Amino acid sequence: MTLSVFFGCTFIAFGPAISLFLFTIARDPLRVIFLIAGAFFWLCSLLLSSLVWFITVQISNKESSSQQKGLLIFGVVLSVVLQETFRFGYYKLLKKANEGLLMLSAEETMPISIQQLAYVSGLGFGFMSGAFSVVNILADSAGPGTIGIHGDSQHYFLSSAFMTMAIILLHMFWGVVFFDACEKQLWWALAVVISSHLIVSCLTFQNPQYVGSLVPTYIIMFLMGFWAFICAGGSLRNLKLCLTCKDKDFLLAHTRPR
Amino acid sequence: MGLVPSKWVLMLLVCWLCKNVNSSSVAQKIYVVVKNTVPCVRLLNATHQIGCQSSISGDTGVIHVLESEADLEWPLSKGPNPPYMVLLESSLFTRSIMMKIKNASSRVAGVAVVIPTMSPPEFSPHTTCPNENTGVYSDSYGPDYAHCNTTVWNPRGNGLSYEEFDFPVFSLKEDNETETIKQCYVDHNLVENGTTPQYPLCALQLFSHMSAVTDTATCMRRNDVINFSINPEMVCDPLGDFNVWGTIRPYNKSELGHRDNDSVVIAAARLDSRAFFWDVATGAEGSVSGFITLLAAAQALRDVTRESPPTHNILYAFFQGEAFDYIGSSRMVYDMEKGKFVIDLNNVHSLIEVGQVGLRNGSELFLHTDPVSRMNDSINDQVKKLVTNLQSSNAGMNVSLVEPGVSQPLPPSSLQRFLLAQNIPGVVLGDHRSAFNNKYYGSYYDNAANLNLHYPDNLTTEEQLEFVTETAMALSDVATVVARALYKQAGGNESQVNNINADPKTVTQMLFGFLVHANNSWFQARIPPDMKLEASPPNFYVGIASPLLAHAKTLTKIVQYLLANLTGTATNLTQDQCKKPDDLPDESEQMHSYFWIRGTFPTNGTANNTLCVRASVRMSQALSPAFDLREFASKTYSTWTESRWKFIEARMFLVASRDLEMLTLGVGVAVLFTSLLVTYFISIKADVLFSSVREPASAAY
Repeated sequence: MTLSVFFGCTFIAFGPAISLFLFTIARDPLRVIFLIAGAFFWLCSLLLSSLVWFITVQISNKESSSQQKGLLIFGVVLSVVLQETFRFGYYKLLKKANEGLLMLSAEETMPISIQQLAYVSGLGFGFMSGAFSVVNILADSAGPGTIGIHGDSQHYFLSSAFMTMAIILLHMFWGVVFFDACEKQLWWALAVVISSHLIVSCLTFQNPQYVGSLVPTYIIMFLMGFWAFICAGGSLRNLKLCLTCKDKDFLLAHTRPR
Repeated sequence: MGLVPSKWVLMLLVCWLCKNVNSSSVAQKIYVVVKNTVPCVRLLNATHQIGCQSSISGDTGVIHVLESEADLEWPLSKGPNPPYMVLLESSLFTRSIMMKIKNASSRVAGVAVVIPTMSPPEFSPHTTCPNENTGVYSDSYGPDYAHCNTTVWNPRGNGLSYEEFDFPVFSLKEDNETETIKQCYVDHNLVENGTTPQYPLCALQLFSHMSAVTDTATCMRRNDVINFSINPEMVCDPLGDFNVWGTIRPYNKSELGHRDNDSVVIAAARLDSRAFFWDVATGAEGSVSGFITLLAAAQALRDVTRESPPTHNILYAFFQGEAFDYIGSSRMVYDMEKGKFVIDLNNVHSLIEVGQVGLRNGSELFLHTDPVSRMNDSINDQVKKLVTNLQSSNAGMNVSLVEPGVSQPLPPSSLQRFLLAQNIPGVVLGDHRSAFNNKYYGSYYDNAANLNLHYPDNLTTEEQLEFVTETAMALSDVATVVARALYKQAGGNESQVNNINADPKTVTQMLFGFLVHANNSWFQARIPPDMKLEASPPNFYVGIASPLLAHAKTLTKIVQYLLANLTGTATNLTQDQCKKPDDLPDESEQMHSYFWIRGTFPTNGTANNTLCVRASVRMSQALSPAFDLREFASKTYSTWTESRWKFIEARMFLVASRDLEMLTLGVGVAVLFTSLLVTYFISIKADVLFSSVREPASAAY
């Protein structure tokens, strides 16, 4: 479409991610490093899954469309599985790194807690995933034309941008829940994370019925968001306190000398 | 991972296996590239730029199929979604509509013209007075005749080819792609009475950005900058090609300039033509009728000039670039003046030019002469002798040669350039008494149908090649007259004259090859084995000049090989000898040209009949002297150049409404600001929000 659509969709897709980065991550160099490392791990998982998919496509019968559809579904599922595997690998790596950092640093406490690592790594995964989902589409949205001449839906760019925003936030929430579950050895929680990732990815096969894919994705996102909020140490009580501006009294009342 | 995820996976696979999965790239979903288009490009001369220009990132417009001239109101004033891309049928491609569009060019992004297979009743985008500024008639020479004051040669001309348009104009064929475009218009853009069409609308984008501006002097100056700039880019190229010339008695090509006691009769014809759109010129009546007649005359004269050679030599000259202010003939005259050609102007005895001769009314063929030069008595006598020779050459032919009754100037012809340099007796043959009979002069429609070239149905290509059409018979009669007159004019033996006859078979084979199907057996046998011919007729646009003979236009090369074949002799030389004939004692590349040709149409299993043909046929460069003299603002020589461009494309897509785009931008900005605010709020209150921490001792904020 034109530059206005390009910028509109960029802001929709990356708005929350950019604001999170600006306010919570950009000031702390350690967090930036772990964010980028997280993004790199996601990239590695994508590389591996695309390698497998490429090989299978070359072997397969290019004429048969049902085989190609099946291959695409297989590719999506494989990619999800590999992403979660790499997330687990990153968790293991971060645990080891944290012990090492603690030994090297002069302070007693760890410079960065595992919850923060969970959040930062999730956001890193989200950034990279969002970039790969939507940058290709954004590039074409800057031209003068819009989708539709072959009968496709006109709302392709908008729904891609909203989907990308959901995916980025979801990766962040999944990161928090995943690391928390690994810390506490709650394997059922891991299974729920992986299965919700699979559901969201497979929901995109509903396109171009964008309502069918976006609405459930957003519902899952809000649910995961709430769960991540709980895992990160929030509670409904804290939320009420914040919103009704009673937080100063709360802090004063609960500060103990350490 | 446990059993639970794999169960999910299997279920999902089963559920979604029959879903429709599409994996095409995004750009393919948006754009439909229109492939069979021909653009109109920009040409420049000493004073003007003509043709079309698009903006550097293409011009986009909502498609509007024009139904009538009154319907122009919609794109020009009433339509609510400017700019528009106007799609015209060829019947609406007229001067008045194009001028109206030109004057309102802020609302019109471009024009696409649908070229039908059936020609309209008449159409000539050339001017009414072709080449009026570079002919012989001017304020100092025959001022009454200058600028078509006496006779308007092309009254049907609307001059569209010589207008400047600052929007792109593309041509579309009548095929499936055009149907797709019209269908898209009907689906999305068509307006019912009173309603406005709803977005998304179907739009077309045309890219044809031309680099050159203003005039030739400017673009040649910018070309020169490439020696100094970091990023050298030429912006324009001069038009030109090669002239083909041949003689019945060979000349040593290194002996240039005046030849004592040598007098040459020149027989001239023009090769090229032009059209409004780039590179699609067909020139059936405009040029093909003339040069085919001359080629047939050359063949008719071959044997008799060997048995009883005439007193004077005969030079056959085929000029390229005549449509653009006489590029070829002005160059040859210039070379003769400067002593760079094998003869000079004082060696020229007389000139017979074969103009447009394909559309005779009845049997009349007109002999045009220049009244101003005939005011000189000796020239007048020579012209009268020439006319008599012509008029007495029609024994047994259905051709009656008539001088136009009134005192009339020469039509646009190469003879005018010779007269500019020296007073030479000359005649131009034409089928028109005054205005052209050609209804499609300088147009894409000047094709085989214009010459009434019809073949019976159910003939194969080979049978069509051999079929002698009426047009071929008529042209071969003219060729016989020309051949006989040339022989007489060159002082040949009178008793031999009536033995000179052109071969209608040759004429019909040439007509077929140049106007219908170039890749036929007759042509194939007369060209080198490694030269490829397309199935479609050759392109008659002169194109960009190149100094290398190997880069001459296909048309020029074919004419060269045909002239060599029709006037030369077959030799026994091998291929190596043919390339280096100077090694042999009797052969010399200075005197003749040697061509290695295929001999037969290549079919499986037949013997190789390749042979070496020796002929006194050469090509000489047809580049306007203005470029050698670097007089880019010259008023006397042709200064035509063609602009360069980066790429030319047309594509179709849907455009969304401005409101939807602004809404998207608004939503994006809103999302960004909301998320900034929320994140700021969360990060400020993080202590409180995330205070119920499970690990009490290791909290770090």
